[in-house]
Amino acid sequence: MNLRRVVVTGLGIVSPLGAGVEPVWQRLLKGESGAKRIDEFEVDDLACQIACRIPLGDAADGKYNPDDWMEPKEQRKVDPFIVYAMAAAGQALSHSGYKPETLAQQERTGVLIGSGIGGIGGIYDASITLAERGPRRISPFFIPGRLINLASGYVSIEHGLKGPNHSVVTACSTGAHAIGDAARLIALDDADVMVAGGTESPVNRLSIAGFAACRALSTAFNDNPTAASRPYDKDRDGFVMGEGSGVVILEELEHAKARGATIYGEVIGYGLSGDAHHITAPAADGDGGFRAMKAAVKRAGIDPSEIDYINAHGTSTPLGDEIELGAVTRMLGDAASKVVMSSTKSSVGHLLGAAGAVEAIFSLLAMRDGIAPPTINLDNPSVETPINLAPNSAVKKTIDVALSNSFGFGGTNASLIFRKVA
Amino acid sequence: MSEVEDRVRKIVVEHLNVEADKVTEKASFIDDLGADSLDQVELVMAFEEEFSVEIPDDAAETIQTFGDAVSFLKKATA
Repeated sequence: MNLRRVVVTGLGIVSPLGAGVEPVWQRLLKGESGAKRIDEFEVDDLACQIACRIPLGDAADGKYNPDDWMEPKEQRKVDPFIVYAMAAAGQALSHSGYKPETLAQQERTGVLIGSGIGGIGGIYDASITLAERGPRRISPFFIPGRLINLASGYVSIEHGLKGPNHSVVTACSTGAHAIGDAARLIALDDADVMVAGGTESPVNRLSIAGFAACRALSTAFNDNPTAASRPYDKDRDGFVMGEGSGVVILEELEHAKARGATIYGEVIGYGLSGDAHHITAPAADGDGGFRAMKAAVKRAGIDPSEIDYINAHGTSTPLGDEIELGAVTRMLGDAASKVVMSSTKSSVGHLLGAAGAVEAIFSLLAMRDGIAPPTINLDNPSVETPINLAPNSAVKKTIDVALSNSFGFGGTNASLIFRKVA
Repeated sequence: MSEVEDRVRKIVVEHLNVEADKVTEKASFIDDLGADSLDQVELVMAFEEEFSVEIPDDAAETIQTFGDAVSFLKKATA
């Protein structure tokens, strides 16, 4: 069976560096951090008291105003992850210039947006209502406003998208899997256009407590939040939670060309693997990540040495960063000294189910502008490596091929490879 | 206009995001005020909350218009 070629023609983002592709990208290149002390709920008894937060404000200032994307009346019914997805999808569709108008176009345009933990904040609140006031006080919107696939549902309703309506839940690999799987739906001719990505609203007492209990979060930088996310640095001590959404418009190549769309890159490789090792820890040999990258490279039909930029999973956990570095070094061999690899989680934190989508967008922009965003706070690398980790400054470089890694709890790995379209 | 009417109208305006002057006695939540079946369940919950009454499901089904709600709540709180 011949696979159709799939390209990216629109980008949308809500993140701790703001809302809107260009302002977020410029702040990322400058090395800004979205981390701050959490101030809207009690954190004094939590080991981790910081997170990367979405700046609220006017869209003209590159900030996020949820009212731009969903009526306040509707927002009340859903967890923020759904509103973030509406914002990122709305941006991406308008960025792409594609608006399916005829029934035939609508039926060939689908949505595949995932989330790692969905409406956990609303589940927490409703549990308290249930315990204190009983079942009759549970809102009829409780379930539909927390279900992970309702991000895809709301986006499809808002924009009249009647093609495949799907979702992904693979922890921190969600965003990458969503883009990869959606690209395959187009490649296999199930759709011509897919609105794909991830979304997450995990900054609430319950999920901070839960991730802290897994010993996954940074706890040593509560008084210096912007220094907390420091992938590859010897003082790193865990990840910093982020929040937001990344959504891309994927489109069959000829469909995109026929309407004169701006093409940000082609999805040439997508690889998946399982660690079969541990629920939260990656295997020390990094074999799962290695096999995901190898599978993506094989699908892309390239040699690993052709990869110019890698957006690392790089969460700033003591174990994970070096394991990924080892896997990348193993894959690249002698080509390791030519690649630039950075972790943009140093700036935006870890957006869990949205991370892979936001980082795919950063990889595409790195390709467009010929610049690799920096790994901030990387002052003293914990290991020596021939790989340029872009410490604290963006690196100018022609980037024709970019790879983005995502690894999730449960040992689920995904790698995406994009290439410039001439 | 009674106090009960004012309180009910305020809830309807807030929950359904409609203009107060659209909320007339005969206005049907679903047909005239844009509610769906879930909105209607939530409205009834809001009435229960505001008036500290319990509205059983079979009674809730009879509350289709603003006027229905006002007369039910007047009786329930009399």
